[in-house]
Amino acid sequence: MPRPGFVLEVDRSTPPVLFHHGEGFRLEKLPPERSRVVYPAEPLAPLERPDDAIRHALRNPVGDSEPLHALLRPGMKLTIAFDDISLPLPPMKRPDIRQRVIEAVLDEAAAAGVDDVELIAALALHRRMTEDELRHAVGDRVYEAFAPSGRLYNHDAEDPDNLTKVGTTDHDEPVIINRRAAESDLLVYVNINIVSMDGGWKSTATGLSAYESLKHHHNVHTMQHSRSFMDRHRSELHHSNWRMGEVLKADGPKIFQIETTINNDVFGTEGPMSVLQKREWEWTARDRMTFLGMQKGLDRLSGRTRRRIFQSWKAPHAMTSVQAGEVEAVHEVTTEHVFRQHLVPIEGQTDILTMGLPYICPYNVNSIMNPILVMCLGLGYFFNLYRGQPPVREGGVLIMSHPTPWEFHPVHHPSYIDFFEQVLAETTDPAEIEARFEKDYAEDEWYRHLYRTSYAYHGVHPFYMWYWGSHALQHLGRVIIVGGDVKAVRRLGFQPASTLQDALEMASDVVGRDGTITHLHNPPILMADVT
Amino acid sequence: MSRRSTEPKRLPVNGRTLAQAARATAPALAARARSAVRAGLPFPLTPPPVPAGVEPPERERTTGADYDTDWARSYPARAARVLLVEGVVKPTVQALASPRLRGLDRLEALEGPAIFAANHHSHVDTPLLLSTLPEPWRHRLVIGAAADYFFGNRVTAPLSALVIGAIPIERQKVGRRSADLAAGLIDDGWSFLIFPEGGRSPDGWGQPFRGGAAYLAIRCGVPVVPVHLEGTGRILRKGKNVPQRSVSVVTFGRPLHPVEGEDSRRFASRLEAEVAALADEARTDWWQARQRAHAQATPGLQGPEIAEWRRTWALGDRRPRRRRSPAWPEL
Repeated sequence: MPRPGFVLEVDRSTPPVLFHHGEGFRLEKLPPERSRVVYPAEPLAPLERPDDAIRHALRNPVGDSEPLHALLRPGMKLTIAFDDISLPLPPMKRPDIRQRVIEAVLDEAAAAGVDDVELIAALALHRRMTEDELRHAVGDRVYEAFAPSGRLYNHDAEDPDNLTKVGTTDHDEPVIINRRAAESDLLVYVNINIVSMDGGWKSTATGLSAYESLKHHHNVHTMQHSRSFMDRHRSELHHSNWRMGEVLKADGPKIFQIETTINNDVFGTEGPMSVLQKREWEWTARDRMTFLGMQKGLDRLSGRTRRRIFQSWKAPHAMTSVQAGEVEAVHEVTTEHVFRQHLVPIEGQTDILTMGLPYICPYNVNSIMNPILVMCLGLGYFFNLYRGQPPVREGGVLIMSHPTPWEFHPVHHPSYIDFFEQVLAETTDPAEIEARFEKDYAEDEWYRHLYRTSYAYHGVHPFYMWYWGSHALQHLGRVIIVGGDVKAVRRLGFQPASTLQDALEMASDVVGRDGTITHLHNPPILMADVT
Repeated sequence: MSRRSTEPKRLPVNGRTLAQAARATAPALAARARSAVRAGLPFPLTPPPVPAGVEPPERERTTGADYDTDWARSYPARAARVLLVEGVVKPTVQALASPRLRGLDRLEALEGPAIFAANHHSHVDTPLLLSTLPEPWRHRLVIGAAADYFFGNRVTAPLSALVIGAIPIERQKVGRRSADLAAGLIDDGWSFLIFPEGGRSPDGWGQPFRGGAAYLAIRCGVPVVPVHLEGTGRILRKGKNVPQRSVSVVTFGRPLHPVEGEDSRRFASRLEAEVAALADEARTDWWQARQRAHAQATPGLQGPEIAEWRRTWALGDRRPRRRRSPAWPEL
């Protein structure tokens, strides 16, 4: 029976606590009597026979939907869209869940005599997936059957010929999605939910959409009014996507949504990385030796080699649920399963929130975690992993640990480089950035060309990363990064600190000397249920 | 120089020397040595002669289906086999057959012993599977080998048992011994590799699957993994003695479990259909193969029932193939 997440009150006997620090780690002693550590739940038991569970879900849909086989017929146009490289994190060991689900769907389609099938990686404004990444996601069998004939491809949000406007919401938001998907008799969406933000109408209305549509929910106003965007019912981001869903329901293609959830098994139970998934006082002598060896070894490697080692890690995530059918009904069940794994009850807010940022976020898979992504991971994702109210009080301090190198992937993140050099050099205020710079970057022909033909994130993507953290920027009194590149941290508008003790000292200027501290022991992922 | 000195020196060969050489051949020398020993040593140091008028008892057979392979599963023999397979068989197979593995992910949920059932075109099939089956099955595997062929004499029998971990399977008569032996080993946690066609393809097309694998699966309650081997016939097909380098593809299918009430004949037919679908997948792609499988239009392993020359014709080019890297990078 996996143990649930819990809150540990730190006293003098508490061992140093693990902080992830990019492609490395720190062990930090938290001040006793005023600190607490929030530990995630252990990985939930996986489905014993995932393939059987998928087939069962396809035949027993939830909500107002017929079983998949009843929606398939010869001569129809079937499109299967699936989540891109940003999910799950880290990428999972083969076979990927998408492969399992897509093979099951295609098997039903083959049985029904469907010939016209296309598969689309629903990547919105993310970079295109490479052949290896597509092979990993959908499996070699599916890739070899569809890619050579051009029936498996990446969505292109800048191809006017392959986009179509389905309608407009009652808030004047245009709903634009991939033409092939819109004109299909059936659109099957294959999703992996790693956090509660994923899935639902966001899958189609965002994943298969274009800038003109996305900008209506990926903006500063929406982000600042999503409390948080991990809680759909209090998320302006989701409200907008759900409005778009209404339009898709009325005038778009028939959608059969398949959502899956995974457990918290990020580092496994065996091997050197398994120590990162254990609670510190449960580290055996072997774990401690492994950790020390790993830390010493990593110190001696170049940043590039460390990155290659970490990026090659494939997580043993296992599927904990699969549900299919009508989008909203499916998503309700999915969210329950995600919460079952992630939610940890916490009483009251804290003055100082600490977190160790790992080497990966949704936008640097097989890539570099640049300073903008550090901000997005800390202030966007980790800060928003709450339900109710933020774990840190308004005006409180956030202390993050990450090397924050002034380093960018030139192929994946070209517009990030200019955003960092040009935009952040002038201002870090999200609203001002949005008003002054967004349009130029979004419509820049060179970025558009790189997005469409190379493997670059869209020109507007670094803006969205900055907006992602705008709720936290508005809420916090100060942000401190421990162990980061000083110049890069200052460019972000944050304060650099060499050690956690220094950072706590600096935080005391804002919250006083006796400020309470809460550390989020994440990853594996946890979501604070703050009352 | 004189002309005489340039002629090659004549060998001292004539009829008498040739006869002397013939008398000195190995069997003749051995027989002579045996008779000399018998003449010099008394019973019981030599076997007794059989008295006239007495029927000697039939000697217990120790070859063929009666060969005892227990020793080949002892720890030292297994260790030796691991070294042989990893150190000799695997590199040889890599050099000879350049195998490409497909469908290994289908075994991800497989636990415990299983029966691997493959089509059979060549003597290369066994070493190919022996070196490509994933762990944990590769080194806890016994192979069903024709008792009359692999265990026919006292040289090939121990070699087959040691090198490939073979156990004798009687294929010329119905007997319980082979089945009991295989079932006992599966119950003990050994996986089993068998070629249900009963022998290598005589003409390049498959043969009907026999019920052995299906029977064992039902009897022992273990799954059968269908495996399709493509290309080994081009390396060393039946009737050839010298292997030629060529590419091969090993496609693993999803483990099949017998359904309730299914007899071994029906299960064997299902197994054959699965291997045929894998063959279709290797020849075309997974999607086309699934479409044909659902439409029950998967081409059979045994080929069309037409004149022999047309069957040969339908097989196409059977010359060895090499895998070449593309001349231009794939953009």
